[in-house]
Amino acid sequence: MKISRYRNIKNKALYIGVIILSGLTAVPLIAILVKVILKGWRQINFDFFTQTTPTTLDAIYAINAGEIIPGGIANGIIGMLLMVLMACVIAIPIGIICGIYLAENTKSHLASIVRFLTDLLQGIPSIVVGIIIYIWVVIPMKSYSAIAGGVALSIIMLPLIVRSTEETLKMLPTTLKEAGLSLGASYSSVVFRVILPSAFGGIFTGILLAVSRVIGETAPLMLTALGSSAVQWDVTKPASSVSLLIWEFYNDPNLQNMIWSASLFLLMFILILNIFAKRISNKWRI
Amino acid sequence: MENLVEDAILRLKNVSISYTPGKNAVDNVTADIQKNSITSIMGPSGCGKTTLLRAINRMHELYPGIVTSGEILLAGKDILKMDPTEVRRMAGMVFQRPNPFPTMSIYDNVISGYTLNGIKKNNNEKDEIVETSLRNVNLWDEVKDSLTKKGTFLSGGQQQRLCIARALALKPDILLMDEPTSALDPITTTYIEDLLVELKNNVTILIVTHNMSQSARISDFSMFMYLGELVEYERTQKMFTNPSDKRTEAYLTGRIG
Repeated sequence: MKISRYRNIKNKALYIGVIILSGLTAVPLIAILVKVILKGWRQINFDFFTQTTPTTLDAIYAINAGEIIPGGIANGIIGMLLMVLMACVIAIPIGIICGIYLAENTKSHLASIVRFLTDLLQGIPSIVVGIIIYIWVVIPMKSYSAIAGGVALSIIMLPLIVRSTEETLKMLPTTLKEAGLSLGASYSSVVFRVILPSAFGGIFTGILLAVSRVIGETAPLMLTALGSSAVQWDVTKPASSVSLLIWEFYNDPNLQNMIWSASLFLLMFILILNIFAKRISNKWRI
Repeated sequence: MENLVEDAILRLKNVSISYTPGKNAVDNVTADIQKNSITSIMGPSGCGKTTLLRAINRMHELYPGIVTSGEILLAGKDILKMDPTEVRRMAGMVFQRPNPFPTMSIYDNVISGYTLNGIKKNNNEKDEIVETSLRNVNLWDEVKDSLTKKGTFLSGGQQQRLCIARALALKPDILLMDEPTSALDPITTTYIEDLLVELKNNVTILIVTHNMSQSARISDFSMFMYLGELVEYERTQKMFTNPSDKRTEAYLTGRIG
């Protein structure tokens, strides 16, 4: 009787403890969101998306007049989208094909080496990727460029896509593949018309999560894309990115209000990508 | 045993299959399968019945290390010397669990044997193949208004009939079935069994089953396998009333297996 009462109390205490600790993990996210929204929303208007970054002088005039800082982050948004697009073009096909290889050859020696190397690649600090791309792309091209930034981001995306493709394919029942092959279909036709479409939801979610991971990368872009104060559509010229702009705003005391609005934009963009990814993976679940 | 079968569509000669060297999962099986009949393979778990079945459409080649020896003649051709994709078009397979392609519509599932193989058909021919195949499995009336819906929306029994239709669409010489009703409820099972009996007029059926009474109900010939060996191969009626091997009798009366 006594033992069971003690046990009940212990149970309850543990239960409450678990709830509190789980709640604590949500605190940083909520705190960041609240802070960024409160400080950043004032700057956000139509111009914010269509104008390029203001000069220090513009900012000083605006602050002295008690107005909000003019201009926006259009150069960053365009640069970011261009570089992410290039990174996707490079990383998605290679990542998916590599993921198929790993999922189909679980026991082969080469596959286990590739899998290990992919894990290592995932652990490489992004600044190191930036330095390597500086040597590989920026120096031969004799210019910082959006291309160099895109290549750097693609290297960071690659292992994420490989592993998410592999994991998704491994979850498909083997009889799906066997059913295709038992109809006399060739291996490639089964892979491209049966297996990949069936895994589309998982693979697409993996891609979206990889995009949302690299979209906030800053360090490798400093060494590859450098930055640009104008909207730059030419991918062989230096380009900007929202994350790079945050760093530039930080370095200019007069533009500090812009940090918060640019951060808010980036946060919302990533949040929406994540929600979208989650919905797709739910919808395509087999 | 030599005179059991008059018109063999499939001939197995000294077929042995091993997963690990020196240990045969199927040991020296020789048997002829009668055309347009249902032949069932019975036996306890691990006796090699599924292994034998999967050798006939060369499914084992998907996994390294599985060695098949002997001779397998399907419609007079030595399948071990043929291109595996050609063999698989001649030998359709139906699996334990219904596995329609989840991203394809009912229509596309039935025609998938052609599309996946890159065989071009015009729309009229396709429509005809789909309708005939679905009529063959008595599914046409149930799905003719929803051919564009995903195959996975159907019930388990309907899905399994869809899978049979998918295999039949390629007009195979033989239909290999690996416990096709073990994931289905009894009523659906009865329905599929009746269907198989109807189908044998068009196609030869080789069915692996765990279920002795199923074998007794639908098959014309029965094989009993034990520890990789083909113990007995007889007309079903004879095997169930008067088995010649003691092990068969022991299995049928529930003492082994």
